Amino acid sequence: MSTVEAVITSIQGLSASSGDLYALHDVLKGAVDSLRTDSELQLSTLDQLDPSKHSLGYLYLLDVLTYGPVSKEKVLLIARFINACDAVQIRLASEKFVSLCKRFKDKVLELRDPLLGVAPLLAAVRKVQVSTKRLTALHPDCLQLCLLAKCYKAGFSVLSDDILEVDQPREFYLYCYYGGMICIGLKRFQKALELLYNVVTAPMHIVNAIALEAYKKYILVTLIHSGQFSISLPKCASTTAKSSFKTWCTPYIEVGMRYNDGKISELEAVVVANSSDFEKDNNLGLVKQAVASLYKRNILRLTQKYLTLSLQDIANMVQLANAKEAEMRVLQMIQDGQIHALINQKDGMVRFLEDPEQYKTSEMIEIMDSVIQRTIGLSKNLIAMDESLSCDPLYLGKVGRERQRYDFGEDFDTVPQKFSM
Amino acid sequence: MERDEESSGPMMEVCTNGGGEETSNRRPIISGEPLDIEAYATLYKGRTKIMRLLFIASHCGGNQTMQLEALRMAYDEIKKGENTQLFRDVVNRINGRLGDKYNMDSAWCESVDRRAEQKKGRLENELSSYRTNLIKESIRMGHNDFGDFYYACGLLNEAFKNYVRTRDYCTTAKHIIHMCMNAILVSIEMGQFTHVSSYVNKAEQNHETLDPIVAAKLRCASGLAHLELKKYKLAARKFLDVSPELGNSYNEVIAPQDVATYGGLCALASFDRSELKAKVIDNINFRDFLELVPEVRELINDFYSSRYASCLEYLGSLRANLLLDIHLHDHVDTLYDQIRKKALIQYTLPFVSVDLSRMADAFKTSVSGLEKELEALITDNQIQARIDSHNKILYARHADQRNATFQKVLQMGNEFDRDVRSMMLRANLLKHEYHARAGRNH
Repeated sequence: MSTVEAVITSIQGLSASSGDLYALHDVLKGAVDSLRTDSELQLSTLDQLDPSKHSLGYLYLLDVLTYGPVSKEKVLLIARFINACDAVQIRLASEKFVSLCKRFKDKVLELRDPLLGVAPLLAAVRKVQVSTKRLTALHPDCLQLCLLAKCYKAGFSVLSDDILEVDQPREFYLYCYYGGMICIGLKRFQKALELLYNVVTAPMHIVNAIALEAYKKYILVTLIHSGQFSISLPKCASTTAKSSFKTWCTPYIEVGMRYNDGKISELEAVVVANSSDFEKDNNLGLVKQAVASLYKRNILRLTQKYLTLSLQDIANMVQLANAKEAEMRVLQMIQDGQIHALINQKDGMVRFLEDPEQYKTSEMIEIMDSVIQRTIGLSKNLIAMDESLSCDPLYLGKVGRERQRYDFGEDFDTVPQKFSM
Repeated sequence: MERDEESSGPMMEVCTNGGGEETSNRRPIISGEPLDIEAYATLYKGRTKIMRLLFIASHCGGNQTMQLEALRMAYDEIKKGENTQLFRDVVNRINGRLGDKYNMDSAWCESVDRRAEQKKGRLENELSSYRTNLIKESIRMGHNDFGDFYYACGLLNEAFKNYVRTRDYCTTAKHIIHMCMNAILVSIEMGQFTHVSSYVNKAEQNHETLDPIVAAKLRCASGLAHLELKKYKLAARKFLDVSPELGNSYNEVIAPQDVATYGGLCALASFDRSELKAKVIDNINFRDFLELVPEVRELINDFYSSRYASCLEYLGSLRANLLLDIHLHDHVDTLYDQIRKKALIQYTLPFVSVDLSRMADAFKTSVSGLEKELEALITDNQIQARIDSHNKILYARHADQRNATFQKVLQMGNEFDRDVRSMMLRANLLKHEYHARAGRNH
């Protein structure tokens, strides 16, 4: 019996229970090299196996088959496998699965058909994930495909999990960066800001290209969302970031400073001057959105000072062309819910109203309740994290070593002696 | 002119300028009318008189007669002293415009310089002999004489150094005060007001009670220092505390009219209503000072009784003369701005709605200009109101506390959420990095 046949039979036989699966896994691991050289292994041999029942075996065989150049047929086969496979079995050989999916993604991109890969990768992510809190290697790939295929909603469903544990920093950066871009595409600037903020403030020792690009987008999204630009990075950003980012992102910082001054004409001049840089980074669209948001910001400021204002005055103060354009913009803002106002066309006046939200409805109470619950949940997480850290041997070892430096005295004996190295 | 005849009696008792200056006493010197330079100059003596005259000459902007008048008086005053550098300066500036009598007198310069050299030599000899004798009192006097000498010659840095050196040889409190007063004088002339503050503090630290005139002088100096440092509230408090016994005793630095003007304007710009009433209007001591500058007194009263139009009118008329004052020059615009802002805020405070056209009349400005000023104040959050531009009315607006609280709570909840999650992620990344590094080490 050739190795292939032997392998097939063992797969079929040992795929029933978890004990068998471990045995099968060992068999497969041993047989990988011989399978690679065996020419008998064809796509057709896979027909003997059922992807959902014999997932582990299927995976190994598929992996060997796709080692070389991958044809479109194989791509479709992989897609079907991913959709059908059994999550439990897959998790036993998660690195193989991940590398298979990555190869799948590369092929799909080569074929210029990212839409083909979106659904399978979404399913793959869910299957590989041990818990919804942990980032897998497939998250960034999935998001990348969604971006290229412009399936923003699909990508967003992946983003709605709260990621709290991360293994590989690079995956994390890519995840946040792509995630940020998806949110920008969906115009959910709040979430985009969160994700980009995480990249920008992530601890790093050398300047990371992903973080740099993320910082550029971060500046623009802050302008669009909150209308304020501060030249200094948040306090928690790494020192490398604080010292080097600014030198690489000068056109963006200039845009930010002009935005703070509030004058449209100057801002537009800066944008035009640096438009080649923005084009190179593919950020020109975002920059234009930022400029548009400055008008909104200025109109919003007017609501603080005036009760009624004529459209012509608005046009003058915000530097718009004429009253008609002012009316269009105010109308747009009222529809978006950014301001509350009434337009009186007869007099050409706008009357600004207070926010009608009275915080008395039951929906509001539900919102508050959910926020409270979330906060309690997060606090519990924090405490759990703190406890696990204080039991971590590496951490205790470091504290023990530093003990000599900080002489706390006898009554501060938090670290047992054996950890003082 | 009737006013002058009526008030000439009491005026003469209050400010005795010394030596036949009755005519100037009748007219208030700092007023809306163009500055009478002679009268102004008689208020001061010593170096400050010269400096003030030169300042007026350089800042009277094209008014030739005023400029020449000031330069002429400066020339005369300098000739009475021993400062050849200033003499050369003033001759350059006169540039022959005042005729032969006011030209370069090189003979005088040379003789003054020669005398100065001789005196310097003599003082040095005396000082070295005192030093060998090690008598503290004489060394102190020696340094003091040197300080006076340098001050008269115009070498202010040297003068200051010498005055400060007497500190080591001061034995009584009186000596210390003497030293401090000299140091303060030179520092004011040099424009180094941080030194002024420190020496005033040093003098006031004396445990013995100070002579009231000295105390008043110290307060004036301190007030001047605060004024230069733009701390208008502190300056006002110091000036308002000056006792009227000061009279003219400090006119090598400041005249009582100045105390009134500076104190009044700074108080108006920085005090709130209750403080203004308690410390300025009801202040009996300060009343004597205010009598010397009736326009300032009127404008303070007008402000307090909400007659803003007339208050601003007085301010406008005083402006030109105040710009000629050496200490107030840089601060006139800021103070005026602050007073005007306070007036606007105070006007709107008691009302729920204000008609902008009536307010514009009260402040003698146009409605659109007023709208812009109010807009700036609303943005700064100094007025809580909103403008109804259609009907030109200002409506007071009180923030709804309840809604604001709810909003803030929700916002904080969201921020906490975001921040904690970011922190946990970062902690995770750091832990991973640490593990990776530890893994590599083992």
